[in-house]
Amino acid sequence: MDRYPEGEREVKVELTVNGKDITADVEDRMLLVHFLRDVADLTATNIGCETTSCGACTVLLDGESVKSCTVLAAQADGRSVTTLEGLASDNGDMHPVQKAFHTEHGLQCGYCTPGMVMAIVSLLKENPSPTEAEVRAGLEGNICRCTGYHNIVKAALTAAEAGK
Amino acid sequence: MIPPSFTYARASSVDEALGLAAEHGEDAKYLAGGHSLLPLMKLRFASPAVLIDLGRVEELSYVRDEGTHVAIGALTRHHDVQHSSVLGTDMPLLAYTAGQVGDPQIRHRGTIGGSVAHGDAASDLPASLLALDAVFVVRGASGTRTVPATEFFRGIFETALEPGELLTEIQVPKPAVPARWSFQKFTKRAIDWAIVGVAVQGNAVALVNMGSTPLRAAAVENALASGASIADAAALAAEGTSAGSDIHASKAYREHLARVLVRRALEEAAARS
Repeated sequence: MDRYPEGEREVKVELTVNGKDITADVEDRMLLVHFLRDVADLTATNIGCETTSCGACTVLLDGESVKSCTVLAAQADGRSVTTLEGLASDNGDMHPVQKAFHTEHGLQCGYCTPGMVMAIVSLLKENPSPTEAEVRAGLEGNICRCTGYHNIVKAALTAAEAGK
Repeated sequence: MIPPSFTYARASSVDEALGLAAEHGEDAKYLAGGHSLLPLMKLRFASPAVLIDLGRVEELSYVRDEGTHVAIGALTRHHDVQHSSVLGTDMPLLAYTAGQVGDPQIRHRGTIGGSVAHGDAASDLPASLLALDAVFVVRGASGTRTVPATEFFRGIFETALEPGELLTEIQVPKPAVPARWSFQKFTKRAIDWAIVGVAVQGNAVALVNMGSTPLRAAAVENALASGASIADAAALAAEGTSAGSDIHASKAYREHLARVLVRRALEEAAARS
């Protein structure tokens, strides 16, 4: 699907996505989330509200969580992006946050999960031993419409414990 | 939902940004973190022909202790203001307020200068900068000038910035008693804009979302200066304001909230010092 059917592709964007260099000429107004899904063909990153509210599109930009629906691909040029696909190790071992979502049943429908996982990876990098209240505050930018917050918070705390 | 078409231009220095603004005139807008402007563009409330990306202007990202005041580069992100040790010590009101903006992802992108230049009466940081008597440094084609926060906010999304001018630095005088602060914000959901907010530093009181601009609660401040009790002064919080009614709250409800939150803020500030 071409979300940008009419515009000229005048901006050259070079991104390192999950360790791999990807270069493309894109329209000036292309959003990072569309670059990841449509150009890099990495579709774990979901598009939810598209208004910086729900957090489904959260990825890491130079290691920090951002909402990729509110970043232009051009703004990310030359930088490093990590999506959910980039978390597991090469031999297939899941990242500690992914494992914790499994053991704590931290998902129901799964739509918010990629964004939740990336937000928690960023949160634990900044605060490796958060309290439950700090986890809840740290996830205020991510909405779970199944309202499965309790197990998501438990997963974050379990991942923090596993990382010690 | 994608923004309307525009031409993307990237500046790597303040001089280059000013040059691009001069070249493209009033059709251009500066893009800092983009977390106010890009959402407005998606909704077609703004459709600049050119965006001048300031994201690589690294010379404007800093927090410097200048003795009597702290200088903050306009492109310093909310995350960095929140975690600055200088601000945490000398003006905890500002560090705390930065941590109340949006959510962690938004604070990783949004900048203090972007928030100020956007001129939204519902934003948190402008009120705290008003209460702290901040001064804004502005550069344009004809040189550099300074504008006190009290004269900067002019109307709905309207500031003292002239076309092409760039907010480069925020200078905040160190408060006499840093600990005498409070920030109160009433929201329905965690990341919503304040229905009403209050910033207090010493006897300075500023209000979020009680008019077309962030504003000082002059009636409260005058009452405190005349020796009124906190309760009596806070009762005047809605005087001189022009809160609107919208889907979130009526004018009367906002005025009630202002009185309640000003009282809480003054009590918390007094208890801290």
